[in-house]
Amino acid sequence: MTTHFIVHEPKDTVGVVVVDQVQAGEEATGWIMETDETITIQALEAVPLGHKLALTDIASGETIFKYGNDIGRSIADIPKGGYVHVHNVKTKRW
Amino acid sequence: MANFPQSFWGYRRENGRVGVRNHVVILPVDDISNACAEMVGHNIKGTLAIPHSYGRLQFGADLELFFRTIIGTGRNPNVAAVVVIGIEPGWTKRVVDGIAETGKPVSGFSIEGNGDLMTTAKAARKAQEYVQWATELQREECPLSDLWISVKCGESDTTSGLGSNPAVGNLMDKLDPLGVHLCFGETSELTGAEQVCATRAAHPEAREKFLQTWNAYNDFILENKTNDLSESQPTKGNIAGGLTTIEEKAFGNFQKIGKQTNFIDVLEPAEEPQRGPGLYFMDTSSAAAECVTLQAAAGFTVHLFPTGQGNVIGNPIEPVIKLTANPKTAATMSEHIDLDVSGILKREMNLDAAGDALINCTVRTANGRYTCAEALGHREFVMTKLYRSA
Repeated sequence: MTTHFIVHEPKDTVGVVVVDQVQAGEEATGWIMETDETITIQALEAVPLGHKLALTDIASGETIFKYGNDIGRSIADIPKGGYVHVHNVKTKRW
Repeated sequence: MANFPQSFWGYRRENGRVGVRNHVVILPVDDISNACAEMVGHNIKGTLAIPHSYGRLQFGADLELFFRTIIGTGRNPNVAAVVVIGIEPGWTKRVVDGIAETGKPVSGFSIEGNGDLMTTAKAARKAQEYVQWATELQREECPLSDLWISVKCGESDTTSGLGSNPAVGNLMDKLDPLGVHLCFGETSELTGAEQVCATRAAHPEAREKFLQTWNAYNDFILENKTNDLSESQPTKGNIAGGLTTIEEKAFGNFQKIGKQTNFIDVLEPAEEPQRGPGLYFMDTSSAAAECVTLQAAAGFTVHLFPTGQGNVIGNPIEPVIKLTANPKTAATMSEHIDLDVSGILKREMNLDAAGDALINCTVRTANGRYTCAEALGHREFVMTKLYRSA
């Protein structure tokens, strides 16, 4: 079975794509490393290798979790299965 | 039962420390003594000259760091004996005396009043004696607690945070309880994760020292920056690779210290650890060659270097083991990669297995197997300079 994306910790709200690309509408399989669990998410947009997929609905202004830690905040509503990157997430540093 | 060896074969030195290499080093004190040091290195087989760019008209903290680095390089247990060559006798003696504290054979020669050729003749005679002595030394079986391991990553991408850095972290969590000395650095690349990193201090004193070090670095950046750092951290290349924020990048880097291991002290650049076994944080640049040079000068004997896009760095005295979780890098740059952990991304390998594979690779390297960087002749020796010379 292909693993399409990897999640570091159960608390994380994003997963990292590890195949060339996850297609829009594709039923993507994910692996949570910490707990060795398998999850599936329907991708709403195409997400390339190394980029992130939302694992849950994220409202604008919410904290994004990866590695179980705060890696920034959303600046737009991101639906579950959406593409997460610099267009909808910013650092809290500046 | 652990899936890795509990011992390795190393050279036990006069002061009890154990080396994994047996170099006879020809060490120039200053830039203008490089030619003479290299002349000795060329003539006496089995020696290693380490030319560099500094050692003249430095002062204050910059000069102290210079001496700590050059003396520390000679003191490293991967070095059996040292021939020191400087332009004048004063600083040459200072370097010789610093190295001599370890009990290893060391002699100094100065060029003024002798010239390069006479100095080479005298120094080469001593170097030959050292090589013939050192090549007769035998490795002995040593517990893993005699290993001193430093880590630093480079040319990182998202696969670093997913695979190669957590593999190093897994190794740390397994080796820290066995009494191994461990060291991480890269003050700048912890930005974004510095508060979480501070929680990994073993006691409040280490925590305070870490935050002071990071704040001093951050103040320096704020003072000297010419624009908003969001264009530099993460870099455009990082963003193209999927990294979104500096926090995300920092937490990827931070995976190298594992999940349980706490740091027991904070070291100045090139400072030798004094608090016994455990994990140390060293205040270093995030530039690969500078960081490894400082860690080697502090006495670390094997280096682990996770890479994403494929950094090719080596060091003259400390073997640098490279690992990657990027399948493309493992395929296209195989001559630089000692351990391929890209199986993690395909779920064919878990972190536990990757950590064990890395410990096995580390022990084989410690036993004498050349790393890719050693076989390819990578000997990057780059001293950190704090400010301009007088």
